[in-house]
Amino acid sequence: MITSAIIPRPLARLPWRLIFLVAGIALFGLIVLYSAAGGSLQPWAMKQGIIFLFFLGVAVAMSWVKESTIKAVVFPLYAIILVMLIGVELLGFVGKGAQRWLDIGPIRIQPSEFMKPAIVLALARFYELVPVGEIRKWRAIWPALALLGVPALLILVQPDLGTCIMVVLCGVTVMFLAGLPMWIFLAPAGAIAIAAPIAYSMLHGYQRKRIDVFLDPESDPLGAGYHIAQSKIAIGSGGIWGKGFLHGSQSHLDYLPEGHTDFVFATMAEEWGLVGGVILILAFGAVIRWGMRVSANARTRFSQLAAAGLSAAIFFYVSINLMMVMGLAPVVGVPLPLVSFGGSAVMTVMLCIGLLMALERQQRTVSRPA
Amino acid sequence: MKHMRITAAHQSITFSRRMLLLGGAQVAVGGLLIGRMGYLSIAQNEKYQLLSESNRVQLIPVPPRRGWIIDRNGKPIAINRASFRVDIIPQQLEKDRDVVSEVARLLALNEDDVERIRRELSESRGFQPVSVADNVSYDKYAAVTVRLPDLPGVQANRGYSRYYPDGPAVAHLLGYVGTANAKEYEAEKKNPLLIIPGFKIGKQGLEKSLEQHLRGTPGGQRVEVTARGKLVKELDPKPDRSGQTVQLTIDQGLQQYAARRMGDQSGALVAMDVASGDMLAFVSMPAFDPNSFSEGIGRTEWKMLSQDDHIPLLNKVAQGLYPSGSTIKPAMALAFLEQGIDPKRRVVCNGGYQIGNRYFRCDAVHGSMDMRSAVERSCNTYFWATGLITDPEKTTEMVNYLGYGEEFDLPLPTQRFGTMPSPKWLAKKYERKWQGYDSANTSIGQGYVLINPMQLAVMPARLAAGKLLQPRLLTADRRKPPPDLNVDPAHLAIVRDAMTAVVNERGTAVASKLPLDGVQMAGKTGTAQVFRLGERGHQGTWALRDHALFIAFAPADKPRYAIGCLIEHGGFGASAAAPIVRDSMTYLFDKQKAFEALDPLEKQWGGTLAERNARQLAAFKAASQATKPG
Repeated sequence: MITSAIIPRPLARLPWRLIFLVAGIALFGLIVLYSAAGGSLQPWAMKQGIIFLFFLGVAVAMSWVKESTIKAVVFPLYAIILVMLIGVELLGFVGKGAQRWLDIGPIRIQPSEFMKPAIVLALARFYELVPVGEIRKWRAIWPALALLGVPALLILVQPDLGTCIMVVLCGVTVMFLAGLPMWIFLAPAGAIAIAAPIAYSMLHGYQRKRIDVFLDPESDPLGAGYHIAQSKIAIGSGGIWGKGFLHGSQSHLDYLPEGHTDFVFATMAEEWGLVGGVILILAFGAVIRWGMRVSANARTRFSQLAAAGLSAAIFFYVSINLMMVMGLAPVVGVPLPLVSFGGSAVMTVMLCIGLLMALERQQRTVSRPA
Repeated sequence: MKHMRITAAHQSITFSRRMLLLGGAQVAVGGLLIGRMGYLSIAQNEKYQLLSESNRVQLIPVPPRRGWIIDRNGKPIAINRASFRVDIIPQQLEKDRDVVSEVARLLALNEDDVERIRRELSESRGFQPVSVADNVSYDKYAAVTVRLPDLPGVQANRGYSRYYPDGPAVAHLLGYVGTANAKEYEAEKKNPLLIIPGFKIGKQGLEKSLEQHLRGTPGGQRVEVTARGKLVKELDPKPDRSGQTVQLTIDQGLQQYAARRMGDQSGALVAMDVASGDMLAFVSMPAFDPNSFSEGIGRTEWKMLSQDDHIPLLNKVAQGLYPSGSTIKPAMALAFLEQGIDPKRRVVCNGGYQIGNRYFRCDAVHGSMDMRSAVERSCNTYFWATGLITDPEKTTEMVNYLGYGEEFDLPLPTQRFGTMPSPKWLAKKYERKWQGYDSANTSIGQGYVLINPMQLAVMPARLAAGKLLQPRLLTADRRKPPPDLNVDPAHLAIVRDAMTAVVNERGTAVASKLPLDGVQMAGKTGTAQVFRLGERGHQGTWALRDHALFIAFAPADKPRYAIGCLIEHGGFGASAAAPIVRDSMTYLFDKQKAFEALDPLEKQWGGTLAERNARQLAAFKAASQATKPG
């Protein structure tokens, strides 16, 4: 927090360290997108910059929203998003194909994106409402499972495995921190180990192939394994210091597929090397740590759980993407927030950050009179 | 309320503990990611850098020039000529356009070629170019080049084509080159070199067996290309390395001469240097023109070759098997001597010999014969009689030791080496006991005896040198000096003397004395029955006539060269094969005299080999045109 006589109070009271961090990551992302386009602002860097600035403004504006207001709108918002998810599903059924968007006039809305922060807030609100003594009872569990399960299933059948995993992980994190009995988490882990083969058989062809190829990338080096293989080549060939800005051959010669979206980290690592990668990972780490501290310092149960859940959302974004890009996880289509080109990921992450800033401001304003 | 407060505190502790757990897990994942990235970019950096480079840099291969093949004196017998060529890439053809006939019109191709192109296009595997025409003239090349934008799938290239100055004379020795087929491409693990337009590999003969020496290493233009194959920039080229020149022991002059001297007859001639075992000539006639094969052979020419009863497509030297006939007799004589038969021992020839209930008829009533005169006059009775009083197993062993039925260590893709029958072999192969008539048949080179024309040269060479010579074809092929034959030198002298008498005294080949002063040839005639033993077919249908054979070495007193020759269905060895050997041997000592003998013969046959071949092809084409409807 910057305190200076020159800067007006409302500005000075913004969490500038976080804003610098986020803006720094986004700027680095723009530089990578500039290079990925062969040294051009078009078609990605310029557009991405505008989208980022817009959502940065949205996030800062959100920081003035009161916690009580958030609490009041959580369930209605959750319900609206759920209805939109069902709407998408119906449209998809009619159109006989995968459908993730709702076209509403001039804009396209991908409701599953909103579901990531919404599920966190809804569960945090739910557990705030559960009386303390009831937390280990069944009635503290099944509504949460329903709140989480219904949208997760809807997203899975879209099909959007990456977002589904993200939503489930965010929800489970909030449930975990709410203090549900440990067996609730350990038992499903065991069950998944048993049920994985059954789930595998129900996956869509291309999803199943991605998992096959992840388990054995050599089985299909020119087909589906191509993504992982080329990404590892880009990262590995970068070495410690990288090949230099605008000198990545993997991305510039189009060997790296999706080099500006899901695999943008490989594009970055090829040119900036291990050094660039570590700095980026540490920067994300600092953002997540900031969010986790908001949670640790929170006064209300809602802000505790919500802040931790929102930070976890950012964490899962980053870690699933990086594991995927480095060949540690199957390719499930999770972008790297703030760096990958695409509005929806920027929007989701900036919504999370706006909410975190709101919760953090609440702590300070509430603490003063006390 | 009390209960509630305790639970709230408990809940707060649970939350803190679980936050710690979550934070710890996040740090662990962060550590894992940094560790993984470090592993990829430090420990595996080298591997991935290589992979990234092989992505970035692609090679547009330039085929290497094929190595030359030269003769023992350095004269080229297989070279490369600069040429223009036109190809079609089947994949790039547009479906509803007949590009083939457009190109055929531009290049003035005949129906044969168009037919071949269409056949190859239908058999080709998409990416593999089909040759439209090799050795295109510059004008036609230019005509195609300017129209290339209108001819999708057509390529005009400059390259090299294989050229054999001696044409058919070296066909069976060298083989020919051609575009690799799908099987050869798979066999070389999809070597990209094999599918470059105009790249040819050895298909037969030495071109095939020496492929790895002759091929060289491809170079190429290194280029940076995108994953979609778009060229970004050119890098420094990688030079190609031409194939090695291979020197043969063959004497190009002799090879050419012998091929011409054979005229239109079907046969084989092999000449050897008695001192070294070098093969000086390796002739199988008639033969195809390897130049037409290297350019992609027309259908009419192929049809003509495969229908010819003189089988020009068969390498008679390495793959033809024939009864040896009486050429086996010098080896038989040595085998008898080694078994203690007195050369002075006499057998009276009354014109035949009774073995069991069968009477074997000799060519003439020779009277009283000793070993020398029996070889000189080729008296079968002597050999039948002596064969019966010697051990057939030991006899066969000696003949085999001298080369009949032996497989030689030569760089030939295929070699059939025939049979020298013995009692053991017979028991194993036909499960029957050796009989008197088996000895009789074997001792005059009939029955089960089968030899190839190389053995026809190796045997007289070994007799002449008194050494266990091994034939060789490559000068680079170093061999240990051959050991002496494990026989009594005095016995060898007797056999050589008898062979000298065959040509120079009262023998069967006196008509084939060398026309040279002070150089005598020693030899042995052979007439191998093709049809049926006991019925001599010197005349009549060509295919039923006897094979004519002759083996020789010269000079008789200090042997330098040995020659074996076979003329299929030539009749008497003395009349068909011996004169060819005589003239070829003359060539080795006096080229002028040799050509004096050849010129009148070629006039009589109607021109040189090349002229006659061209005329034959034209006649065949005319005939096949005439029989075509329309």
